[in-house]
Amino acid sequence: MAEDRARFEYLLRLGDNSLILGHRLSEMLGNAPALEEEMALVNVALDLIGQARLFLGYAGELEGAGRDEDALAYRRDVLDYRCALIVELPNGDFAHAIGRLFLISAFDFELYGALRESADRRLAAIAEKSLKEVTYHLRHAGEWVIRLGDGTEESHRRMQKALEDLWMYTGELFTPDALDEAMREAGIAPDLARLREGWDRRVDAVLREATLTRPAEGWMQSGGKDGRMHTEHLGYILAEMQFLQRAYPDARAW
Amino acid sequence: MSPGTGPETADPRYHRIWQALAEVEDPEIPYVTIVDLGIVREVVADETGDPVVRITPTYSGCPATRLIELQIRAALDRAGFPHARIETVLSPAWTTDWISEEGRRKLREAGIAPPVPGSGRAALFGAGPAVPCPRCESTDTERIAEFGSTACKALYRCRHCREPFEYFKCL
Ligand SMILES: [Zn+2]
Repeated sequence: MAEDRARFEYLLRLGDNSLILGHRLSEMLGNAPALEEEMALVNVALDLIGQARLFLGYAGELEGAGRDEDALAYRRDVLDYRCALIVELPNGDFAHAIGRLFLISAFDFELYGALRESADRRLAAIAEKSLKEVTYHLRHAGEWVIRLGDGTEESHRRMQKALEDLWMYTGELFTPDALDEAMREAGIAPDLARLREGWDRRVDAVLREATLTRPAEGWMQSGGKDGRMHTEHLGYILAEMQFLQRAYPDARAW
Repeated sequence: MSPGTGPETADPRYHRIWQALAEVEDPEIPYVTIVDLGIVREVVADETGDPVVRITPTYSGCPATRLIELQIRAALDRAGFPHARIETVLSPAWTTDWISEEGRRKLREAGIAPPVPGSGRAALFGAGPAVPCPRCESTDTERIAEFGSTACKALYRCRHCREPFEYFKCL
């Protein structure tokens, strides 16, 4: 059914965002400034991978082509991925990694909050579950943004630079395309402009406390969520993430 | 489906099932069982009379979820219910408020501070709840790390007895 197909595509966006950001955060293992922070980020990664499983598992059922969550995660190539560009970017320094987590968590917080009212009750249930987890992610990342922004001259400079670098990737999250509009009309997904208001308020409040300057709105990158043009980084993530499944399908040898 | 039963059921058949479930330990916090944690929502019977155990995951990415399912299956098999099914329910989402009194007592005894009831909602707004030390009960404690050895726990320190301890976070 055409409607199922659209919902499948929409769920890929949700699932791929969580999956790829989760993978990025897992790369912080061994790279965070303190052991406790490493534990924190990989725990967040684990939540995100769990959410991705719920979204992709449901997507596979809607598609009805026999693909489960693993098939969708491990056997799609770059062009079939529907994540936003911002989650593909390399971690960069700690300010960049934490800044990205903050911006995305603030987005997910608004999105999942709204999706609890979705006409699709299964999606609403996943959102309800995920919102509780994302609340902790947002608080954790927000505390870091404040600590770094309102910290030393060096940490402030790096945090501000991270925001400047990330900002042009935030527009894609809020710019509706035909699929977003169709989902909104069907009562499945919320109005992105409405989410933006909540996101602005939350982000601005943290930036103020962090003595950081909100970057100017300018040219916005796009092409991730509709699969038009991903960054070159996504291919490298998939190469690493999918290696085992590609080399030893379903790891049956074990 | 039959109406759901809880741990206090008077029906002898369901009572046996709940007894078997009460022996399944949480793989990551083996001091408590899955019934203590409120992971088992209800037990019903399907059209053929076989039991259906409805469980709810604590965290989406909890690596123990699959193991818990296997352990439930094994426990029910031993108790004489080889055809039991497991259903996962996501809504209402699991909350630490569902941890039983018994579960909270066991956590405390294991040196893990149980969640302060009803504080999950405040998670976003700075000041967390005062978490009493599971050893000396002092509330003069501080959070060291938001995420501890597992996703469900944070790391705290007691300023009174100077011991570090884990806190089962509210969700
Ligand atoms: Zn103490």
